[in-house]
Amino acid sequence: MTLFILRRVIQSVFVLLAVSLVVFFAVYAIGDPVELLVSPDTSAAEREVMIRRLGLDLPIWRQYLVFLGNLAQGDLGTSFVHGVPAVELILQRLPATLELVVLSLVIAVSIGLPLGMIAGLAPETRTARTIMTGSIFGYSLPAFWQGMMLIFVFAVFLNWAPAAGRGDTVSLLGVEVSFLTADGWSHLILPAINLALPNLALVLRLAASGTAEARLQDYVKYARAKGVRRGRIVRRHILRNILVPVVTVIGVEFGSLIAYSTITETVFAWPGMGKLLIDSVYQLDRPVVVAYVMIATFIFVTVNLLVDLAYAMLDPRVELEKGAS
Amino acid sequence: MTPFMRRSGLFGALAFTLLAGTASAEELTIALSSEPTAVDPHYHDLSSNNALTMHVFDALLTTDAQQKVQPNLATAWTNEGPTTWRFELRDDVVFSDGTPFTAEDVIFSYCRVLNNETAVSGSFDEAIKNMASIEAPDDHTLVFETNEPDPLLPIRLAQIAIISDEIAEHGEISFDPQSDCGVTGAWPTVNDFNDGTVAIGTGPYAIESYVKGSGIDLVRNERYFGEAPEWERVSFKPVPNAGPRLAGLLSGDYDVIENPAARDLSRIESSDDYEYVITPSSRVIYLQLDMRDDSPFVEAPDGSNPFQDVRVRRAMSMAIDREAIVERIMDDAAAPANQFLPAGMFGTIADAPALEYDPDRARELLAEAGYPDGFSVTFHATNDRYINDAQVAQAVAQFLTRIGIDTELDAMTRSIFFSRRSGREFSLSMGGWGSDTGEASSFLRQWVPTTDDVAGLGGSNYGGWSDPEFDVVLREAIATMDDAEREALLQQAGARVLEQMPYIPLHYESTIWAFRSDLDYQGRADQYTLATAITSDE
Repeated sequence: MTLFILRRVIQSVFVLLAVSLVVFFAVYAIGDPVELLVSPDTSAAEREVMIRRLGLDLPIWRQYLVFLGNLAQGDLGTSFVHGVPAVELILQRLPATLELVVLSLVIAVSIGLPLGMIAGLAPETRTARTIMTGSIFGYSLPAFWQGMMLIFVFAVFLNWAPAAGRGDTVSLLGVEVSFLTADGWSHLILPAINLALPNLALVLRLAASGTAEARLQDYVKYARAKGVRRGRIVRRHILRNILVPVVTVIGVEFGSLIAYSTITETVFAWPGMGKLLIDSVYQLDRPVVVAYVMIATFIFVTVNLLVDLAYAMLDPRVELEKGAS
Repeated sequence: MTPFMRRSGLFGALAFTLLAGTASAEELTIALSSEPTAVDPHYHDLSSNNALTMHVFDALLTTDAQQKVQPNLATAWTNEGPTTWRFELRDDVVFSDGTPFTAEDVIFSYCRVLNNETAVSGSFDEAIKNMASIEAPDDHTLVFETNEPDPLLPIRLAQIAIISDEIAEHGEISFDPQSDCGVTGAWPTVNDFNDGTVAIGTGPYAIESYVKGSGIDLVRNERYFGEAPEWERVSFKPVPNAGPRLAGLLSGDYDVIENPAARDLSRIESSDDYEYVITPSSRVIYLQLDMRDDSPFVEAPDGSNPFQDVRVRRAMSMAIDREAIVERIMDDAAAPANQFLPAGMFGTIADAPALEYDPDRARELLAEAGYPDGFSVTFHATNDRYINDAQVAQAVAQFLTRIGIDTELDAMTRSIFFSRRSGREFSLSMGGWGSDTGEASSFLRQWVPTTDDVAGLGGSNYGGWSDPEFDVVLREAIATMDDAEREALLQQAGARVLEQMPYIPLHYESTIWAFRSDLDYQGRADQYTLATAITSDE
């Protein structure tokens, strides 16, 4: 187990380096950030000062070495646009994204899993068919359009929830969170639903097919023959067995939602990380883009590791040292 | 059963919280289309930042909705010679923390502009770099001595916010940049302003909170010397996407929004609850032509660069139906341009004729110039910088193609466009320019003169246009202190550009604000959204 984790950590370092290299050079290739930053009527001398201060006068490979040197000291660089450390900008936005993503996954699992199991336990009934047909909408509607529709129905016409933005925040252990205030919840609910719908459908379908398969297995038949109560069969024998794919999907989705819930954040003007990434790409704010992608990669790598560990707990047959690395 | 019960509990909690109350009458919530990048008033000269600055800080002078200079912290200013200026300051002003405002604060602020390590270069320091000396004969008088005569000094000083000298440790303050002006401690950084510790101004509002990406809350500064603004609290929310911004207005989240899409105005018009205002801005959209012998994207049968011929340039101008662009693409949220700054602003030609649309004459002119079969060009434009820029560029390309100039459009994102343009990679490109001084000289000195880095002229003359006759008039104009004389010279220079057409003006963008119908906002030529100028109908 320790060896397994150690090996994964070393692999991750190389992944992170490779990612930083690619992103660093890609942003460099797009264009010159100074052109976007400095007004055109700035004199050539002042422009030079700016270029030197941002370290853009060096050849690109030396800029990258400087970046690596700073990285070794835990410094991911200072935003060209905001003049503050890139990591600080990103971490400021992290709580907003985290609460949105966690709530959306809670919605997805707490609704998707039971509905999927109901559909899977009695696949031929009208209820099951309704659920399965409904789930198609969940992942086929474009997130942007779906978000606008949610806004128009629930914010503009019914006026149940605000259309956009994040609500009042309170400080929890030094972190500004909005899920502890009523206003915060009212702002949170629409974007969370928007983000949850595709995953809800995904979890639902996984649960339905898993349940349909599991309920015909010998161990379920045996349990039923033994006289085990239906509720216990569903919870102990079926649910546990269909959880592995669900956990995998949730793990992967958790990472990608944190890093790239850009569309939902844009539609709902949610001050999360995804919106920061888009803004920074537009402004060629390289330190932020690079730091962002590295943090996102780090989250992915960590979540994957946790998912592998979760497998081992859910399914005793999985052995970490040999199999999944 | 259990899962269902848990869920209904969750929804119960949500339904309860959705009933959260709406804002009270004293509060105003404004959705911004672009977010200020810092609270620091000297950090970056951007309209979004400057608009926020005007709520919290004051400058010696200020500008009104038409960008004309008005008194502010200074009540009077006189020009005692080409390079000497005398400013009389108000003596009844205190900062939001209660300390009195004196001439020392002004000298400190100007020194800080020169000692602003974290700022984006070229922000605000142009006027200060030109200062030979600043003296304060008493606490409420300042005498500036400049190196070069600068007729625009008042408007430049109107853009430099005054901060309190209490925010840095200092001895006796004097304008002596070599020895840090008497400041002994550390100069404040952009972060010190962002976290609110030193964001102390004399303006009508004070910063209550600033959370990047999420919003800025202002509260009325009870110590403000001027007329108290109507709103006790103002909240700015950044909502860069136009659709959600409008949805937020319609659902009552926002009271005022910036820049709704022009195509959505009918939706606002159809409701009695909302209205909008369209205000002409000082931003002109224009075509820039490359004059070099060997231009990368233009191909004529004889290998020449057709843009070098004035008849070709005039033909291109005549080929474009500006009225049609304004009406059909801009939904009337623009005005056809006939010069580079809307008439009525300083130095513009009062009764310049409209630039006529005459495709037949344009074809004749092309033939006269030796291109009866036209030529071909690739036209570069942005697709995410100006209002409807990609559609405008498409229309221009079609108009040019109609008179025989085979035009292929290459529209791209601004981050690529601006780098390539300053690398002089284009033959024909579409740009935009807003005059931050509200004077015709702004466009004329930046784009048209032969490039001269030392004099700060022609910095964006990427096409290499050079017209000695124009250069003489412009150089004289920008050094002339007398307003009437300067205005006449600027008009002369502007007329020369329209005659030679190295740049072809298309239209002036307008700015749109939409708001609750019980509010009123007149809009500003500089496109700022000022809560102090938003009033409720009586």
